[in-house]
Amino acid sequence: MKRRLRELQPFDKEAEERAIELGHGLHPDDKYLKPGRIPHIWCPGCGLGVVLTCFIGALRQKQFGVDECAVVSGIGCTGRVAGYLDMDTYHTTHGRAIPFATGLALAKPDTHVAVFSGDGDLFAIGGNHLIHAARRNVNLKVICVNNFNFGMTGGQAGPTTPLDAKTSTTPLGNAEPGFNLPYLAHASGAIYVARWTTFHPRQLVHSIGESFDRTGFTFIEVIAPCPTGYGRPNKLGSGLEEMRYYRDMSEIRYGADPADAEIKLRGKILVGTFEAADRPDFMETYRTQVIARAQAGGKGKGRAA
Amino acid sequence: MADKQVLTGEHFVHGDAACAEGGIAVGCRFFAGYPITPATEVAERMARRLPQVGGVYIQMEDEIASMAAILGASWGGLKSMTSTSGPGFSLMMENIGLGMMTETPCVVVNVQRAGPSTGLPTLVGQADVMQARWGSHGDYGCIALAPSSPQECFDLTVHAFNLAEIYRQPVFVMSDEVVGHTTEKVVIPPREKLEVVERIRPHQAQSEYLPFDSKGPMPAPMATAGDGYHVHVTGLTHDERGYPVITDVVQERNVRHLVDKIRRNARQIIRVEGVHLDDAEVVVVAYGCTARVARQAVEDMRTRGHRAGLLRLITLWPFPSHLIRELAPRVKAFIVPEINYGQMVYEVERTAQGKAEVVLMGLMGGAIHTPREIEDAIGDYL
Ligand code: SF4
Repeated sequence: MKRRLRELQPFDKEAEERAIELGHGLHPDDKYLKPGRIPHIWCPGCGLGVVLTCFIGALRQKQFGVDECAVVSGIGCTGRVAGYLDMDTYHTTHGRAIPFATGLALAKPDTHVAVFSGDGDLFAIGGNHLIHAARRNVNLKVICVNNFNFGMTGGQAGPTTPLDAKTSTTPLGNAEPGFNLPYLAHASGAIYVARWTTFHPRQLVHSIGESFDRTGFTFIEVIAPCPTGYGRPNKLGSGLEEMRYYRDMSEIRYGADPADAEIKLRGKILVGTFEAADRPDFMETYRTQVIARAQAGGKGKGRAA
Repeated sequence: MADKQVLTGEHFVHGDAACAEGGIAVGCRFFAGYPITPATEVAERMARRLPQVGGVYIQMEDEIASMAAILGASWGGLKSMTSTSGPGFSLMMENIGLGMMTETPCVVVNVQRAGPSTGLPTLVGQADVMQARWGSHGDYGCIALAPSSPQECFDLTVHAFNLAEIYRQPVFVMSDEVVGHTTEKVVIPPREKLEVVERIRPHQAQSEYLPFDSKGPMPAPMATAGDGYHVHVTGLTHDERGYPVITDVVQERNVRHLVDKIRRNARQIIRVEGVHLDDAEVVVVAYGCTARVARQAVEDMRTRGHRAGLLRLITLWPFPSHLIRELAPRVKAFIVPEINYGQMVYEVERTAQGKAEVVLMGLMGGAIHTPREIEDAIGDYL
């Protein structure tokens, strides 16, 4: 067949670089951010910037070089975090950050692989992947930003939306209860489980640092304001007011039973580190059991076969 | 110590095992999969063999996760692979699209059974060949190879990995239940005789490197995690740096690159086998297990003095349009036996452009054609 196509406009590298020179490098955190990617797309008052800053804070505190880490995210407002960080970053399909990151982490066992995604991505479409990665204890640092709704698509109900809460798809109130994320992560086998809100940046930096210290599947939930999607229908006010609300409702309780961490509409929010255990991660078990046996020449011989 | 990577020598194995051995021989070190008939034997072989060569086998929670995991492993620098059959192939389509968009090399083996849906889990089909071409949403170029024997399962899996590295994208090995479960002699060559394409890596400074360069007919070299290039890999429409840009202008460059890198190199990629084509009056176009039956039919017709020929498709995609176009004016008919209700036959019909009769011999699955049926069909046009 004959083809008629528009003329291609080539990539103009120089123009892009000029644009970057104007703004990049002025802020001390810029060395962690991809040149030319800021300003971000998030709404005024959104909690995501705080979480991103805390993540960078933890990298700085741990004195990690950017080449020692990789970030994988799914789809949604939180999914955009990956694209702003100046390291190897992977913005995958909706819900699939964890299995993608599983492949990456097993291929590069010495890299700290963080999964940054939202509650909808990780627990609705991606819920099955999360529980299995936790069960396998894959060495992934999961940071789940929970804003109780699907923000990117305009504020629909999700797996964390509390009973009775209003969203654009539950205009008369939600008929379903939300998941208790720390409880679910704990029950699935996560070795480290914590929850903070964006009002607790210092604790959050510390928690992210602690999760980096452990080899295995760690889970940190961060409650974040979404004034655009969740705040408005539930009359939580501006981003700042929503953050104040989360401050007022939080109760720090280290070592609390994750079973008690359910979040009800206008109910208290337990925060803290709930779980910090140790067990061999997938790669260690695979190396010491499976590979060692295979290379000892056994066709399934050996102690546990 | 014996070479655990390349099991040089003669083996008596089935096609599924040969796919696994092809993968290991060419350097695959990561396999993620989910059990499914009739492809499970690929995974079982991998589970036993990969640890012997220091690779990782992981059984995921479903095929969606399997596909995502092999993409992640590929960005981690390993050659990676999965295997499945129709229902799993459907689930993989989402992340196959991600692999295409992010230009991620990997290999997907589909041992086809009869569908739709659960269909005939243990019996043969060839009805996923169009799904291989068009199954994930949006436009992209496709490479799919169809083995006809366990030997080719080995050879074409090796080749699929090489093509995946060269063109930086997922490549499909479209086997079928009959080929996968046929046990035959498979010869694995010595390591030095095996053609192995290693990943092409960038060497320039980070500031000079464009991980998704779309200027030339070939993809850019691929920097993997930890190489220091800080690549952003996204399924969003992206510019040459990998930065998401949501405009029609960048979409035009991005998508045309994904299609053109295969379209422009189609002649290099395409492999076929021609049997008695020079003077053939009727040409059978076949692939996979069906091509074995077709060969028998063509040889039988020749011994009876009839001018029959076989065009065996080794590459299903890109489709060898130029060969059909060349043959069409001088043959009376193309006979296309396939185990579906008409898929590759549409390509034959399209490219024959009305210059020869095109005849579908469809079977819905669960059985293969007999040489006799094909001979009868050839006979109708002599
Ligand atoms: S929709 Fe909500 S989560 Fe998304 S950027 Fe806006 S405030 Fe943040």
